[in-house]
Amino acid sequence: MRSGPLAYALLAVGILVLASTPLYADNYVVRTAAIVAMYGALATSWNFIGGFTGYPSFSTAAFFGLGCYVGAICQRAGVPMVLAWLIATLMVGAFAALLGAIILRLKGHYFAIGSIAVVEVCRLIVSSWSSLTGGGDGLNLPLLTWGPEQVMRFFLFVMLAILILSLIATALVDRSRLGFGLRCIHQNEDAAAMVGIDTTRYKVAAYTLSAVFCAAAGAAYASWTGYIDPTESFQILMTVKVPVMAMLGGAGTLAGPFLGAAAFVLLEEVFWANFLDWNRAILGVVIVLLVFFLPGGLLSLARKRSAGGPA
Amino acid sequence: MTEPILKLEGVCKNFGGLKALTDVSFALAPGEVVGLIGPNGAGKTTLVNVVTGKLPASTGRILFEGKDVAAQKPHEAARRGLARTFQIVQPFPQMTVIENVTAGALFGGGAASVGDARDMARKSLDFVGLAPLADRPAAQLALAARKRLELAKSLAMQPKVLMLDEVNAGLNSSEIDGALALIRKIAESGVTVLIIEHLMKVVLSLSKRLLVLHHGQMIADGPAKEIVADERVIEAYLGQKYAARLKELHHA
Repeated sequence: MRSGPLAYALLAVGILVLASTPLYADNYVVRTAAIVAMYGALATSWNFIGGFTGYPSFSTAAFFGLGCYVGAICQRAGVPMVLAWLIATLMVGAFAALLGAIILRLKGHYFAIGSIAVVEVCRLIVSSWSSLTGGGDGLNLPLLTWGPEQVMRFFLFVMLAILILSLIATALVDRSRLGFGLRCIHQNEDAAAMVGIDTTRYKVAAYTLSAVFCAAAGAAYASWTGYIDPTESFQILMTVKVPVMAMLGGAGTLAGPFLGAAAFVLLEEVFWANFLDWNRAILGVVIVLLVFFLPGGLLSLARKRSAGGPA
Repeated sequence: MTEPILKLEGVCKNFGGLKALTDVSFALAPGEVVGLIGPNGAGKTTLVNVVTGKLPASTGRILFEGKDVAAQKPHEAARRGLARTFQIVQPFPQMTVIENVTAGALFGGGAASVGDARDMARKSLDFVGLAPLADRPAAQLALAARKRLELAKSLAMQPKVLMLDEVNAGLNSSEIDGALALIRKIAESGVTVLIIEHLMKVVLSLSKRLLVLHHGQMIADGPAKEIVADERVIEAYLGQKYAARLKELHHA
Protein backbone atom coordinates (compact mmCIF):
# COMPACT_ATOMS: atom_id res chain seq x y z
CA MET A 1 0.00 0.00 0.00
CA ARG A 2 3.04 2.29 -0.03
CA SER A 3 2.42 5.32 -2.20
CA GLY A 4 4.70 5.39 -5.18
CA PRO A 5 5.88 8.23 -7.41
CA LEU A 6 2.62 7.98 -9.38
CA ALA A 7 0.60 9.10 -6.35
CA TYR A 8 2.87 12.09 -5.73
CA ALA A 9 2.79 13.05 -9.41
CA LEU A 10 -1.02 12.88 -9.52
CA LEU A 11 -1.27 14.96 -6.36
CA ALA A 12 1.16 17.59 -7.63
CA VAL A 13 -0.69 17.89 -10.94
CA GLY A 14 -4.08 18.06 -9.21
CA ILE A 15 -3.01 20.76 -6.78
CA LEU A 16 -1.32 22.79 -9.51
CA VAL A 17 -4.44 22.65 -11.68
CA LEU A 18 -6.59 23.87 -8.80
CA ALA A 19 -4.11 26.57 -7.76
CA SER A 20 -3.77 27.93 -11.29
CA THR A 21 -7.52 28.35 -11.99
CA PRO A 22 -7.55 32.08 -11.08
CA LEU A 23 -5.03 32.70 -13.89
CA TYR A 24 -7.30 31.62 -16.73
CA ALA A 25 -10.81 30.85 -15.52
CA ASP A 26 -13.84 32.77 -14.29
CA ASN A 27 -15.11 32.95 -10.73
CA TYR A 28 -17.43 29.95 -11.13
CA VAL A 29 -14.47 27.70 -11.96
CA VAL A 30 -12.39 29.13 -9.13
CA ARG A 31 -15.26 28.50 -6.75
CA THR A 32 -15.53 24.90 -7.97
CA ALA A 33 -11.76 24.50 -7.49
CA ALA A 34 -12.10 25.73 -3.90
CA ILE A 35 -14.95 23.26 -3.32
CA VAL A 36 -12.81 20.44 -4.78
CA ALA A 37 -9.97 21.40 -2.45
CA MET A 38 -12.32 21.53 0.52
CA TYR A 39 -13.87 18.13 -0.18
CA GLY A 40 -10.39 16.81 -0.93
CA ALA A 41 -9.33 17.85 2.57
CA LEU A 42 -12.47 16.31 4.10
CA ALA A 43 -12.00 13.01 2.24
CA THR A 44 -8.28 12.91 3.09
CA SER A 45 -9.21 13.41 6.75
CA TRP A 46 -11.81 10.66 6.63
CA ASN A 47 -9.11 8.39 5.23
CA PHE A 48 -7.33 8.25 8.62
CA ILE A 49 -10.23 6.52 10.34
CA GLY A 50 -12.09 5.02 7.38
CA GLY A 51 -9.23 4.13 5.06
CA PHE A 52 -6.27 3.26 7.28
CA THR A 53 -8.17 1.96 10.30
CA GLY A 54 -11.21 0.52 8.51
CA TYR A 55 -13.77 2.13 10.81
CA PRO A 56 -16.69 3.39 8.66
CA SER A 57 -17.03 6.83 10.22
CA PHE A 58 -19.88 9.15 9.29
CA SER A 59 -18.87 11.89 11.68
CA THR A 60 -17.40 14.22 9.05
CA ALA A 61 -20.33 16.65 9.08
CA ALA A 62 -20.24 16.83 12.88
CA PHE A 63 -16.60 17.93 12.87
CA PHE A 64 -17.19 20.26 9.94
CA GLY A 65 -20.28 21.80 11.55
CA LEU A 66 -18.66 22.22 14.96
CA GLY A 67 -15.68 23.79 13.18
CA CYS A 68 -18.09 26.26 11.52
CA TYR A 69 -19.68 27.20 14.83
CA VAL A 70 -16.57 27.40 17.01
CA GLY A 71 -14.86 29.53 14.34
CA ALA A 72 -17.93 31.75 13.92
CA ILE A 73 -18.46 32.26 17.64
CA CYS A 74 -14.78 33.12 18.14
CA GLN A 75 -14.81 35.57 15.24
CA ARG A 76 -17.96 37.26 16.52
CA ALA A 77 -16.23 37.62 19.89
CA GLY A 78 -13.50 39.58 18.13
CA VAL A 79 -10.86 36.88 17.69
CA PRO A 80 -8.88 37.44 14.46
CA MET A 81 -10.02 35.16 11.62
CA VAL A 82 -7.02 32.84 11.30
CA LEU A 83 -6.69 32.49 15.07
CA ALA A 84 -10.40 31.58 15.20
CA TRP A 85 -9.78 28.81 12.68
CA LEU A 86 -6.93 27.52 14.81
CA ILE A 87 -9.04 27.55 17.97
CA ALA A 88 -11.82 25.69 16.13
CA THR A 89 -9.33 23.07 14.95
CA LEU A 90 -7.92 22.48 18.42
CA MET A 91 -11.27 22.44 20.19
CA VAL A 92 -12.88 20.04 17.74
CA GLY A 93 -9.75 17.85 17.86
CA ALA A 94 -10.08 17.63 21.65
CA PHE A 95 -13.81 16.90 21.27
CA ALA A 96 -13.05 14.08 18.82
CA ALA A 97 -10.43 12.58 21.14
CA LEU A 98 -12.89 12.48 24.06
CA LEU A 99 -15.75 11.23 21.91
CA GLY A 100 -13.55 8.68 20.18
CA ALA A 101 -12.58 7.04 23.46
CA ILE A 102 -16.29 6.23 23.92
CA ILE A 103 -17.63 5.64 20.43
CA LEU A 104 -14.68 3.59 19.13
CA ARG A 105 -15.72 0.73 21.39
CA LEU A 106 -18.37 0.05 18.76
CA LYS A 107 -17.42 -1.87 15.64
CA GLY A 108 -18.68 -2.25 12.07
CA HIS A 109 -22.29 -1.22 11.48
CA TYR A 110 -22.74 -0.21 15.09
CA PHE A 111 -19.89 2.26 14.85
CA ALA A 112 -21.29 3.59 11.56
CA ILE A 113 -24.69 4.26 13.15
CA GLY A 114 -23.13 5.71 16.28
CA SER A 115 -21.01 8.08 14.22
CA ILE A 116 -24.07 9.29 12.27
CA ALA A 117 -25.87 9.89 15.54
CA VAL A 118 -23.03 12.21 16.54
CA VAL A 119 -23.92 14.48 13.60
CA GLU A 120 -27.60 14.61 14.55
CA VAL A 121 -26.93 15.19 18.23
CA CYS A 122 -24.50 18.01 17.43
CA ARG A 123 -27.03 19.59 15.08
CA LEU A 124 -29.80 19.39 17.69
CA ILE A 125 -27.64 20.85 20.43
CA VAL A 126 -26.48 23.69 18.21
CA SER A 127 -30.00 24.53 17.04
CA SER A 128 -31.40 24.43 20.58
CA TRP A 129 -28.66 26.45 22.26
CA SER A 130 -29.98 29.73 20.86
CA SER A 131 -28.22 32.04 23.32
CA LEU A 132 -24.82 30.94 22.02
CA THR A 133 -25.46 29.79 18.46
CA GLY A 134 -28.45 31.84 17.37
CA GLY A 135 -30.47 28.64 17.05
CA GLY A 136 -32.33 28.19 13.76
CA ASP A 137 -31.67 31.82 12.80
CA GLY A 138 -28.00 31.02 12.31
CA LEU A 139 -25.05 33.36 12.79
CA ASN A 140 -23.64 36.15 10.67
CA LEU A 141 -19.90 36.53 10.42
CA PRO A 142 -17.87 39.65 9.70
CA LEU A 143 -17.37 39.73 5.93
CA LEU A 144 -14.06 40.38 4.27
CA THR A 145 -13.99 43.83 2.71
CA TRP A 146 -12.08 42.83 -0.44
CA GLY A 147 -13.55 42.47 -3.93
CA PRO A 148 -15.39 39.23 -4.77
CA GLU A 149 -12.58 37.87 -6.95
CA GLN A 150 -9.98 38.50 -4.29
CA VAL A 151 -12.13 36.79 -1.65
CA MET A 152 -12.65 33.83 -3.97
CA ARG A 153 -8.91 33.47 -4.55
CA PHE A 154 -8.10 33.85 -0.90
CA PHE A 155 -10.42 31.01 0.09
CA LEU A 156 -9.21 28.82 -2.76
CA PHE A 157 -5.70 29.09 -1.33
CA VAL A 158 -6.92 28.58 2.23
CA MET A 159 -8.72 25.36 1.23
CA LEU A 160 -5.67 24.25 -0.74
CA ALA A 161 -3.48 24.88 2.30
CA ILE A 162 -5.76 22.73 4.47
CA LEU A 163 -5.74 20.04 1.78
CA ILE A 164 -1.94 20.08 1.57
CA LEU A 165 -1.60 19.90 5.36
CA SER A 166 -3.93 16.90 5.47
CA LEU A 167 -1.91 15.22 2.72
CA ILE A 168 1.36 15.86 4.54
CA ALA A 169 -0.15 14.38 7.69
CA THR A 170 -1.26 11.36 5.66
CA ALA A 171 2.20 10.85 4.18
CA LEU A 172 3.78 11.07 7.64
CA VAL A 173 1.31 8.67 9.22
CA ASP A 174 1.70 6.31 6.26
CA ARG A 175 5.40 5.84 7.04
CA SER A 176 5.21 5.83 10.79
CA ARG A 177 4.55 3.31 13.51
CA LEU A 178 1.06 4.81 13.82
CA GLY A 179 0.18 4.07 10.19
CA PHE A 180 1.52 0.52 10.46
CA GLY A 181 -0.50 -0.06 13.61
CA LEU A 182 -3.67 1.36 12.08
CA ARG A 183 -3.36 -0.99 9.11
CA CYS A 184 -2.91 -3.91 11.48
CA ILE A 185 -6.09 -2.84 13.31
CA HIS A 186 -7.90 -2.63 9.97
CA GLN A 187 -7.01 -6.19 9.07
CA ASN A 188 -7.41 -7.90 12.42
CA GLU A 189 -8.01 -5.92 15.58
CA ASP A 190 -7.62 -8.86 17.98
CA ALA A 191 -4.32 -9.86 16.45
CA ALA A 192 -3.23 -6.22 16.54
CA ALA A 193 -3.80 -6.08 20.30
CA MET A 194 -1.98 -9.37 20.72
CA VAL A 195 1.19 -8.12 19.04
CA GLY A 196 1.25 -5.21 21.46
CA ILE A 197 -0.65 -2.41 19.72
CA ASP A 198 -2.58 -0.19 22.10
CA THR A 199 -5.63 -0.35 19.85
CA THR A 200 -7.75 2.16 21.78
CA ARG A 201 -5.06 4.85 21.72
CA TYR A 202 -4.32 4.27 18.03
CA LYS A 203 -7.98 4.42 17.04
CA VAL A 204 -8.49 7.62 19.05
CA ALA A 205 -5.47 9.13 17.31
CA ALA A 206 -6.92 8.23 13.90
CA TYR A 207 -10.36 9.59 14.82
CA THR A 208 -8.82 12.83 16.07
CA LEU A 209 -6.76 13.22 12.90
CA SER A 210 -9.95 12.65 10.92
CA ALA A 211 -11.55 15.55 12.83
CA VAL A 212 -8.98 18.34 12.88
CA PHE A 213 -8.82 19.06 9.15
CA CYS A 214 -12.63 18.89 8.89
CA ALA A 215 -12.85 21.46 11.67
CA ALA A 216 -10.32 23.74 9.96
CA ALA A 217 -12.21 23.46 6.67
CA GLY A 218 -15.51 24.13 8.45
CA ALA A 219 -14.20 27.22 10.21
CA ALA A 220 -12.76 28.57 6.96
CA TYR A 221 -16.01 27.77 5.14
CA ALA A 222 -17.98 29.77 7.72
CA SER A 223 -15.75 32.80 7.19
CA TRP A 224 -16.06 32.34 3.43
CA THR A 225 -19.88 32.24 3.26
CA GLY A 226 -20.37 34.81 6.04
CA TYR A 227 -23.47 33.07 7.37
CA ILE A 228 -24.04 29.64 8.93
CA ASP A 229 -27.10 27.80 10.22
CA PRO A 230 -27.53 24.33 11.77
CA THR A 231 -29.00 22.51 8.74
CA GLU A 232 -26.38 23.88 6.38
CA SER A 233 -23.48 23.12 8.75
CA PHE A 234 -24.46 19.61 9.83
CA GLN A 235 -25.56 18.02 6.55
CA ILE A 236 -26.20 14.28 6.53
CA LEU A 237 -25.54 14.40 2.80
CA MET A 238 -21.99 15.66 3.41
CA THR A 239 -21.33 12.93 5.92
CA VAL A 240 -22.28 10.31 3.31
CA LYS A 241 -20.65 12.03 0.36
CA VAL A 242 -17.18 12.25 1.89
CA PRO A 243 -16.66 8.50 2.47
CA VAL A 244 -18.03 7.84 -1.03
CA MET A 245 -15.43 10.24 -2.45
CA ALA A 246 -12.61 8.56 -0.54
CA MET A 247 -13.69 5.11 -1.70
CA LEU A 248 -14.21 6.35 -5.24
CA GLY A 249 -10.56 7.38 -5.39
CA GLY A 250 -9.17 4.57 -3.29
CA ALA A 251 -9.51 4.36 0.49
CA GLY A 252 -6.32 3.83 2.47
CA THR A 253 -4.12 5.44 -0.17
CA LEU A 254 -2.42 8.83 -0.11
CA ALA A 255 -3.78 10.32 -3.34
CA GLY A 256 -7.05 8.39 -3.62
CA PRO A 257 -9.37 10.47 -1.43
CA PHE A 258 -8.37 13.75 -3.09
CA LEU A 259 -8.75 12.32 -6.60
CA GLY A 260 -12.08 10.80 -5.64
CA ALA A 261 -13.27 14.13 -4.27
CA ALA A 262 -12.23 15.89 -7.48
CA ALA A 263 -14.00 13.31 -9.66
CA PHE A 264 -17.11 13.40 -7.51
CA VAL A 265 -17.44 17.19 -7.37
CA LEU A 266 -16.93 17.45 -11.13
CA LEU A 267 -19.50 14.71 -11.85
CA GLU A 268 -21.91 16.44 -9.51
CA GLU A 269 -21.42 19.76 -11.31
CA VAL A 270 -21.96 18.17 -14.71
CA PHE A 271 -25.13 16.35 -13.70
CA TRP A 272 -26.38 19.34 -11.73
CA ALA A 273 -26.01 21.58 -14.73
CA ASN A 274 -27.42 19.24 -17.36
CA PHE A 275 -30.05 17.12 -15.63
CA LEU A 276 -31.63 19.30 -13.00
CA ASP A 277 -34.44 16.86 -12.19
CA TRP A 278 -32.47 13.68 -12.39
CA ASN A 279 -29.03 14.59 -11.10
CA ARG A 280 -29.27 12.75 -7.76
CA ALA A 281 -30.56 9.59 -9.45
CA ILE A 282 -27.84 9.65 -12.09
CA LEU A 283 -25.20 10.28 -9.46
CA GLY A 284 -26.54 7.31 -7.52
CA VAL A 285 -26.28 5.06 -10.56
CA VAL A 286 -22.73 6.24 -11.21
CA ILE A 287 -21.77 5.44 -7.62
CA VAL A 288 -23.31 1.96 -7.79
CA LEU A 289 -21.49 1.22 -11.06
CA LEU A 290 -18.19 2.44 -9.62
CA VAL A 291 -18.60 0.34 -6.50
CA PHE A 292 -19.36 -2.77 -8.58
CA PHE A 293 -16.70 -2.38 -11.23
CA LEU A 294 -14.02 -0.44 -9.41
CA PRO A 295 -14.13 -1.59 -5.79
CA GLY A 296 -10.51 -0.54 -5.23
CA GLY A 297 -11.20 2.99 -6.46
CA LEU A 298 -9.93 4.96 -9.43
CA LEU A 299 -6.31 4.57 -8.32
CA SER A 300 -6.55 0.80 -8.75
CA LEU A 301 -6.93 1.40 -12.51
CA ALA A 302 -3.52 3.05 -12.65
CA ARG A 303 -2.03 0.36 -10.50
CA LYS A 304 -3.36 -2.41 -12.72
CA ARG A 305 -1.91 -0.74 -15.77
CA SER A 306 1.51 -0.28 -14.19
CA ALA A 307 1.48 -3.93 -13.09
CA GLY A 308 0.92 -4.89 -16.74
CA GLY A 309 -2.56 -6.38 -16.49
CA PRO A 310 -5.28 -7.13 -14.01
CA ALA A 311 -3.92 -7.84 -10.56
CA MET B 1 12.34 -24.28 42.68
CA THR B 2 13.42 -20.87 41.45
CA GLU B 3 11.09 -17.89 41.48
CA PRO B 4 8.27 -18.73 39.03
CA ILE B 5 8.00 -16.52 35.96
CA LEU B 6 4.24 -16.98 35.73
CA LYS B 7 2.02 -17.87 38.64
CA LEU B 8 -1.75 -18.15 38.89
CA GLU B 9 -3.44 -18.08 42.28
CA GLY B 10 -7.09 -19.05 42.56
CA VAL B 11 -8.08 -17.69 39.17
CA CYS B 12 -11.81 -17.87 38.39
CA LYS B 13 -13.63 -16.80 35.26
CA ASN B 14 -17.42 -16.73 35.08
CA PHE B 15 -19.56 -15.95 32.08
CA GLY B 16 -22.79 -15.06 33.88
CA GLY B 17 -23.70 -18.26 35.69
CA LEU B 18 -21.28 -20.40 33.72
CA LYS B 19 -18.07 -21.13 35.55
CA ALA B 20 -15.46 -21.46 32.82
CA LEU B 21 -12.54 -21.52 35.25
CA THR B 22 -12.76 -22.35 38.95
CA ASP B 23 -9.90 -21.70 41.33
CA VAL B 24 -7.08 -22.42 38.89
CA SER B 25 -3.60 -22.24 40.39
CA PHE B 26 -0.25 -23.23 38.95
CA ALA B 27 3.24 -21.87 38.45
CA LEU B 28 5.74 -22.03 35.60
CA ALA B 29 9.48 -21.94 36.27
CA PRO B 30 11.65 -19.95 33.84
CA GLY B 31 12.63 -22.07 30.85
CA GLU B 32 10.15 -24.82 31.64
CA VAL B 33 8.10 -26.53 28.93
CA VAL B 34 4.70 -27.52 30.27
CA GLY B 35 1.75 -29.16 28.54
CA LEU B 36 -1.83 -28.18 29.25
CA ILE B 37 -4.38 -30.78 28.27
CA GLY B 38 -8.08 -31.30 28.78
CA PRO B 39 -11.17 -32.35 26.86
CA ASN B 40 -13.05 -29.96 24.57
CA GLY B 41 -14.66 -27.16 26.51
CA ALA B 42 -12.45 -27.68 29.54
CA GLY B 43 -11.46 -24.01 29.55
CA LYS B 44 -7.96 -24.23 28.05
CA THR B 45 -8.38 -21.35 25.64
CA THR B 46 -10.28 -19.32 28.24
CA LEU B 47 -7.29 -19.77 30.52
CA VAL B 48 -4.93 -18.39 27.86
CA ASN B 49 -7.34 -15.52 27.21
CA VAL B 50 -7.41 -14.64 30.89
CA VAL B 51 -3.63 -14.82 31.29
CA THR B 52 -3.05 -12.56 28.26
CA GLY B 53 -5.69 -10.01 29.27
CA LYS B 54 -8.08 -10.75 26.41
CA LEU B 55 -10.66 -11.57 29.08
CA PRO B 56 -10.57 -10.15 32.60
CA ALA B 57 -10.36 -12.72 35.38
CA SER B 58 -13.38 -12.69 37.69
CA THR B 59 -11.25 -13.27 40.76
CA GLY B 60 -7.73 -14.46 41.57
CA ARG B 61 -4.22 -13.24 41.01
CA ILE B 62 -1.96 -13.62 37.98
CA LEU B 63 1.69 -12.94 38.78
CA PHE B 64 4.16 -12.37 35.99
CA GLU B 65 7.76 -12.02 37.23
CA GLY B 66 6.31 -11.40 40.68
CA LYS B 67 3.99 -8.59 39.61
CA ASP B 68 0.19 -8.85 39.67
CA VAL B 69 -0.93 -8.41 36.07
CA ALA B 70 -4.53 -9.63 36.36
CA ALA B 71 -5.88 -6.27 35.17
CA GLN B 72 -3.65 -5.95 32.10
CA LYS B 73 -4.86 -5.32 28.54
CA PRO B 74 -3.72 -7.65 25.72
CA HIS B 75 -1.21 -5.13 24.37
CA GLU B 76 0.33 -4.72 27.80
CA ALA B 77 0.72 -8.49 28.10
CA ALA B 78 2.41 -8.53 24.70
CA ARG B 79 4.86 -5.80 25.67
CA ARG B 80 5.67 -7.52 28.97
CA GLY B 81 6.73 -10.67 27.17
CA LEU B 82 3.60 -12.79 27.46
CA ALA B 83 2.97 -13.92 23.92
CA ARG B 84 0.46 -16.38 22.56
CA THR B 85 -0.60 -17.98 19.34
CA PHE B 86 -4.23 -18.47 18.40
CA GLN B 87 -5.89 -21.81 17.84
CA ILE B 88 -7.48 -20.32 14.74
CA VAL B 89 -4.57 -18.49 13.15
CA GLN B 90 -4.88 -14.70 13.14
CA PRO B 91 -2.65 -13.19 10.47
CA PHE B 92 -3.00 -9.73 8.95
CA PRO B 93 -4.21 -11.27 5.67
CA GLN B 94 -3.41 -8.52 3.18
CA MET B 95 0.07 -7.89 4.50
CA THR B 96 3.07 -9.87 3.40
CA VAL B 97 4.58 -12.51 5.64
CA ILE B 98 7.45 -10.24 6.66
CA GLU B 99 5.11 -7.33 7.40
CA ASN B 100 3.11 -9.59 9.70
CA VAL B 101 6.21 -10.50 11.65
CA THR B 102 7.45 -6.90 11.57
CA ALA B 103 4.26 -5.89 13.40
CA GLY B 104 5.20 -8.30 16.19
CA ALA B 105 8.74 -6.93 16.44
CA LEU B 106 7.69 -3.28 16.21
CA PHE B 107 4.88 -3.24 18.76
CA GLY B 108 5.63 -6.20 21.01
CA GLY B 109 9.37 -6.66 20.60
CA GLY B 110 10.36 -3.10 21.43
CA ALA B 111 12.03 -2.33 18.09
CA ALA B 112 13.12 1.29 17.88
CA SER B 113 12.01 1.82 14.28
CA VAL B 114 10.22 0.10 11.42
CA GLY B 115 13.62 -0.70 9.88
CA ASP B 116 14.92 -2.36 13.05
CA ALA B 117 11.68 -4.27 13.35
CA ARG B 118 12.13 -5.58 9.81
CA ASP B 119 15.60 -6.88 10.68
CA MET B 120 14.23 -8.62 13.74
CA ALA B 121 11.40 -10.04 11.63
CA ARG B 122 13.88 -11.46 9.15
CA LYS B 123 15.67 -13.26 11.96
CA SER B 124 12.55 -14.90 13.27
CA LEU B 125 11.48 -15.88 9.75
CA ASP B 126 14.86 -17.58 9.32
CA PHE B 127 14.34 -19.29 12.66
CA VAL B 128 11.01 -20.83 11.69
CA GLY B 129 12.10 -21.52 8.11
CA LEU B 130 9.68 -19.12 6.40
CA ALA B 131 12.32 -16.81 4.92
CA PRO B 132 11.69 -17.99 1.33
CA LEU B 133 8.03 -16.91 1.62
CA ALA B 134 8.77 -13.52 3.20
CA ASP B 135 7.22 -11.41 0.46
CA ARG B 136 4.06 -13.46 -0.10
CA PRO B 137 0.71 -12.12 1.15
CA ALA B 138 -0.14 -13.93 4.36
CA ALA B 139 -3.54 -14.95 2.97
CA GLN B 140 -1.84 -17.11 0.34
CA LEU B 141 -0.07 -19.40 2.81
CA ALA B 142 -1.17 -22.98 3.43
CA LEU B 143 -2.19 -23.92 6.96
CA ALA B 144 1.16 -25.33 8.08
CA ALA B 145 2.96 -22.20 6.92
CA ARG B 146 0.34 -19.99 8.57
CA LYS B 147 0.96 -21.73 11.86
CA ARG B 148 4.66 -21.10 11.41
CA LEU B 149 3.91 -17.47 10.64
CA GLU B 150 1.99 -17.26 13.89
CA LEU B 151 5.06 -18.64 15.68
CA ALA B 152 7.43 -16.26 13.90
CA LYS B 153 5.21 -13.33 14.84
CA SER B 154 5.19 -14.38 18.50
CA LEU B 155 8.96 -14.93 18.51
CA ALA B 156 9.59 -11.50 17.02
CA MET B 157 7.90 -10.13 20.13
CA GLN B 158 10.86 -11.46 22.17
CA PRO B 159 8.57 -13.30 24.58
CA LYS B 160 9.54 -14.61 27.98
CA VAL B 161 6.51 -16.86 28.15
CA LEU B 162 4.95 -18.27 25.01
CA MET B 163 1.56 -19.93 25.09
CA LEU B 164 0.89 -22.13 22.10
CA ASP B 165 -2.84 -22.72 21.64
CA GLU B 166 -3.09 -25.87 19.53
CA VAL B 167 -0.41 -24.91 17.05
CA ASN B 168 -0.53 -28.43 15.67
CA ALA B 169 -4.28 -28.81 15.15
CA GLY B 170 -5.09 -29.59 11.52
CA LEU B 171 -1.54 -30.53 10.51
CA ASN B 172 -0.57 -33.89 9.04
CA SER B 173 1.97 -36.07 10.78
CA SER B 174 5.06 -34.95 8.87
CA GLU B 175 4.08 -31.33 9.37
CA ILE B 176 3.65 -32.06 13.07
CA ASP B 177 7.19 -33.48 13.25
CA GLY B 178 8.49 -30.26 11.73
CA ALA B 179 6.49 -28.18 14.21
CA LEU B 180 7.77 -30.29 17.12
CA ALA B 181 11.37 -29.70 16.14
CA LEU B 182 10.64 -26.00 15.96
CA ILE B 183 8.97 -25.82 19.38
CA ARG B 184 11.90 -27.72 20.85
CA LYS B 185 14.25 -25.17 19.31
CA ILE B 186 12.21 -22.34 20.82
CA ALA B 187 12.32 -23.98 24.24
CA GLU B 188 16.08 -24.44 23.97
CA SER B 189 16.49 -20.72 23.40
CA GLY B 190 15.25 -20.22 26.97
CA VAL B 191 11.62 -19.24 26.41
CA THR B 192 9.13 -20.67 28.87
CA VAL B 193 6.54 -22.57 26.85
CA LEU B 194 3.01 -23.60 27.73
CA ILE B 195 1.67 -25.99 25.11
CA ILE B 196 -2.05 -26.43 24.84
CA GLU B 197 -2.72 -29.53 22.86
CA HIS B 198 -5.08 -32.36 22.13
CA LEU B 199 -2.47 -34.61 20.56
CA MET B 200 -0.83 -36.65 23.29
CA LYS B 201 2.09 -37.47 21.01
CA VAL B 202 2.98 -33.81 20.88
CA VAL B 203 2.58 -33.07 24.55
CA LEU B 204 4.41 -36.15 25.73
CA SER B 205 7.36 -35.68 23.43
CA LEU B 206 7.88 -32.06 24.48
CA SER B 207 7.00 -31.63 28.10
CA LYS B 208 7.94 -33.47 31.23
CA ARG B 209 5.20 -31.81 33.21
CA LEU B 210 1.48 -31.77 32.45
CA LEU B 211 -1.46 -29.75 33.70
CA VAL B 212 -4.94 -31.15 33.20
CA LEU B 213 -8.01 -28.96 33.05
CA HIS B 214 -11.51 -30.43 33.28
CA HIS B 215 -14.76 -28.46 33.60
CA GLY B 216 -12.65 -25.41 34.38
CA GLN B 217 -10.83 -27.06 37.25
CA MET B 218 -7.19 -28.05 37.45
CA ILE B 219 -7.56 -31.74 38.21
CA ALA B 220 -3.93 -32.75 37.90
CA ASP B 221 -0.45 -31.21 37.82
CA GLY B 222 2.64 -33.35 37.75
CA PRO B 223 5.13 -35.43 35.78
CA ALA B 224 3.72 -36.45 32.39
CA LYS B 225 4.02 -40.21 32.89
CA GLU B 226 2.09 -40.22 36.16
CA ILE B 227 -0.59 -37.93 34.76
CA VAL B 228 -1.30 -40.16 31.79
CA ALA B 229 -1.98 -43.07 34.13
CA ASP B 230 -4.07 -40.94 36.51
CA GLU B 231 -7.58 -42.32 36.85
CA ARG B 232 -9.28 -38.92 37.01
CA VAL B 233 -7.59 -37.87 33.80
CA ILE B 234 -8.74 -40.99 31.99
CA GLU B 235 -12.22 -40.40 33.36
CA ALA B 236 -12.21 -36.84 32.14
CA TYR B 237 -11.35 -37.92 28.64
CA LEU B 238 -13.27 -41.18 28.29
CA GLY B 239 -16.08 -40.87 30.82
CA GLN B 240 -16.58 -42.77 34.06
CA LYS B 241 -17.99 -45.93 32.48
CA TYR B 242 -15.12 -46.48 30.08
CA ALA B 243 -12.53 -45.58 32.68
CA ALA B 244 -13.98 -48.28 34.92
CA ARG B 245 -13.99 -50.77 32.09
CA LEU B 246 -10.40 -49.91 31.26
CA LYS B 247 -9.45 -50.51 34.87
CA GLU B 248 -11.15 -53.92 34.83
CA LEU B 249 -9.27 -54.80 31.67
CA HIS B 250 -5.99 -53.92 33.34
CA HIS B 251 -6.83 -55.97 36.38
CA ALA B 252 -8.00 -58.98 34.40
